[in-house]
Amino acid sequence: MLEAIGIGSLDELLRVPDELKLRAPLDVVPALPEYQLRRRIEQIAKRDSGVDYVSFLGGGAYRHYAPSAISALAMRGEFLTAYTPYQAEVSQGYLQAIYEWQTYICLLTGMDLADASVYDGATALAESAIMAMNATGRQRFLVSRAVHPNYRAVLKTYCDGLDVAIDEAPLTDDGTTDLRVLAEMLRETQYAGVALQSPNFFGNIDTLDGEALESVHKNGAVPIGVVAEALALAALATPASWGAQIVAGEAQSFGVPIAYGGPYVGFIATTNEHMRRIPGRLVGKTVDSAGRTAYVLTLQAREQHIRRERATSNICTNQAHCALIATIYLALMGKTGLRDVAALNLERSRELATAVANAGVRLRFSAPFFNELVVDVGRPAGEVLAALRERGILGGLDLGRWYPEYSTCILMAATELTTSGEIAKLAAALQEVTRVGAGV
Amino acid sequence: MPEGVLRDDLPLPDNTELDVVRHYTRLSQRTFGIDVGFYPLGSCTMKHNPKVNDALAGVREFAELHPFTPDDLSQGALQVMYELERSFCSLFGMAAFSLNPAAGAQAELAALLIAKKYFRERGETQRDKVIVPDTAHGTNPASAAMCGFKVISLKSDARGRVDPAEIRTVVGPDTAVCMMTNPNTLGLFEERIHEIADAVHEAGGLMYYDGANANALMGNTRPGDMGFDLMHLNTHKTFTIPHGGGGAGHGPLGVAGHLVEYLPTPYVVREGDRFRLDFDRPKSIGPVRSFWSNFAHVVRALAYLYANGAEGLTKVSQYAVLNANYMRVKVAEFLETPYPEICRHEFVASAQQLKKETGVRALDIAKALLDRGYMAPTIYFPLIVPECLMIEPTETESKETLDGFVAALRDIIETAKTNPQELLDAPVTTVVGRVDETRAARQPDLRWRPPR
Repeated sequence: MLEAIGIGSLDELLRVPDELKLRAPLDVVPALPEYQLRRRIEQIAKRDSGVDYVSFLGGGAYRHYAPSAISALAMRGEFLTAYTPYQAEVSQGYLQAIYEWQTYICLLTGMDLADASVYDGATALAESAIMAMNATGRQRFLVSRAVHPNYRAVLKTYCDGLDVAIDEAPLTDDGTTDLRVLAEMLRETQYAGVALQSPNFFGNIDTLDGEALESVHKNGAVPIGVVAEALALAALATPASWGAQIVAGEAQSFGVPIAYGGPYVGFIATTNEHMRRIPGRLVGKTVDSAGRTAYVLTLQAREQHIRRERATSNICTNQAHCALIATIYLALMGKTGLRDVAALNLERSRELATAVANAGVRLRFSAPFFNELVVDVGRPAGEVLAALRERGILGGLDLGRWYPEYSTCILMAATELTTSGEIAKLAAALQEVTRVGAGV
Repeated sequence: MPEGVLRDDLPLPDNTELDVVRHYTRLSQRTFGIDVGFYPLGSCTMKHNPKVNDALAGVREFAELHPFTPDDLSQGALQVMYELERSFCSLFGMAAFSLNPAAGAQAELAALLIAKKYFRERGETQRDKVIVPDTAHGTNPASAAMCGFKVISLKSDARGRVDPAEIRTVVGPDTAVCMMTNPNTLGLFEERIHEIADAVHEAGGLMYYDGANANALMGNTRPGDMGFDLMHLNTHKTFTIPHGGGGAGHGPLGVAGHLVEYLPTPYVVREGDRFRLDFDRPKSIGPVRSFWSNFAHVVRALAYLYANGAEGLTKVSQYAVLNANYMRVKVAEFLETPYPEICRHEFVASAQQLKKETGVRALDIAKALLDRGYMAPTIYFPLIVPECLMIEPTETESKETLDGFVAALRDIIETAKTNPQELLDAPVTTVVGRVDETRAARQPDLRWRPPR
């Protein structure tokens, strides 16, 4: 090959000026044969791992059962190692799967169209805010304080870059958005968009009522629904039903491994009005030269590879494979499976609520909830969580981390994977650590 | 639950597992992946994705670990993140890497936000220009626009490079960042990168390295030594993370020492032999995503590093460059290569002359390759080469594969001269022929609707 190229050695291909030569040997991990590398990484994995603790952790990442057929299908080499489907004729499989994903998201959210995925729920919210700003020409955004704190923080990161201000609508004492104050804020200031999350970070149903929606319309702001627990879409009235025009969400619950935070899969769904502002790829159905049904990436003129600095977003790589996983999950579960799982989640969270109440720990809110709830342990949540940890239980999230007024509160999730035994274990432990006089 | 909270209907189909398995198995058979055939997409580095990486990403302690698990019960995951970061720092000459960004484009955005914040703190808010060469990938200017920067496009010189003299005419007190890649998107090494970096730094700006082409220089030279202050990697290119039909990718963001404090949160910190997530970083631009990283891909990348070590990675780049040059000289025998000199890991060819003579364009060549069992190269990018084909073989392909592709391409060029219609009709062996994209855009059908 060197002869064909007309050179004497590999070095001739890799010449660099002196100032760019390596000055020291590289310091990277050592090379290991496959069986040793497996052992090494598996050993690292087992180091001080909380994976076997009884877990009530939620807060935007949920333990749900992924049917085995998902990985059997999604990990097929054709799917796993394919590139973005720009050459449509050899990518019909993936393109159709994404068309199905787009369809499922629309059916679940009540929207007209959905994109091929964005990175996650937090960036979906940030991108939706940008859509709203493009739609209205306004530079101020309103978000409920009950939206996931990480989502709000990411929104702020993105908005700082665009010199956009964010106002936060406060909470009621019952863990929902204060719609009356929201309406007042909407009377005062022109907003690009208003975002509420339902179920919200506390697990509570939290939507606009008729009066609040009216205020949003009068203001001219775009109402945006945020979804962090996608399974809730199978049970609860759609965001469309309470007036959302854009839905920004996270679909990790649909079979995507919890995997220490990623990769997950965000989605943006919207009404037809915002079609040309939506970021990310879109798959459309069309025909080929012989009239056969065919799928293709479409409306690409919105995207970075065509519009460059005038693109609706800089997004290139998305979360396609995770969207495929979610699509297969939805196909396997179907209407009946999803209803059943959602019902189980409702059942388990109520079982949890009853068990903790019987253990003498009160629920902090009375608002209706899906599969997460908040308990008030009457002392710094961190202390109680530490005591639970010693008993092999990850009891939930210390809300004081984000909401100083809820420093004695714990956010707990119960899903179809939570067993009655685990709930009983938690309740017993809670009773023990929170009894009057218990020195935790 | 109160009235109206629950939904009435859920218009989704019910399917049996068998029907679902058949459906998606068949869809996979209508999808072309690296596992199926040669994928010489320039700028994408479609190298083999080792299966051991997937096995390790699927290990229980990783796949089932909740991101809110307390740090002292996530030590394994944190160690994986730390080891990867330290290796990247040495490989590329950076002081620190954030593993947060979900993709290269998101890393670009984060880097530009860092630059914006850095200049704001120094009272230099007049710096609102980002310089990109005209060969830049579309995400570069798009990311700049998402941060409120204005984009200045720099014309490449006759040799396809950025001319330091040209740089000097555009840098000034309003320069924030110059975004480049090296080798550039033509596959050519920018030998004068150090001069370019000096010019930008003298004007008070920062240098950003688009790491899409990192496969060309491991063990040979480092962006940090070239003078770059910020950079990203596309681990779904250089480090074998599967492309998965368009994602999920992963875009680690590297910075020089003076910018470490600005990295997104959280950052993995080591204290003795323990690790933790550090959120207490007052100068950080903030978080860029819901949780901490595309962690399953961090595992895959680390597994790849362990499979290779420093010596292995050096060979990776050497063979990537060897394969590209071999193909370049072979392709040059029958197709115009506008830059007939030693390239790095990719090269460009142009069908402009062919189009003039026969009417056959880059697009038609691409479609004809599909009929011969190959994925087409990247076409119509970079924008400065008319009827461009950008070819990147990667190091994981054998000489036999490369020779087969070259023979197919040669045959196509011959056919262009003798029977061009055959190419204009291609592909004919695929499950569908050329797709009516105009109709797709004019009459958007983006989802199925249930019958009323």
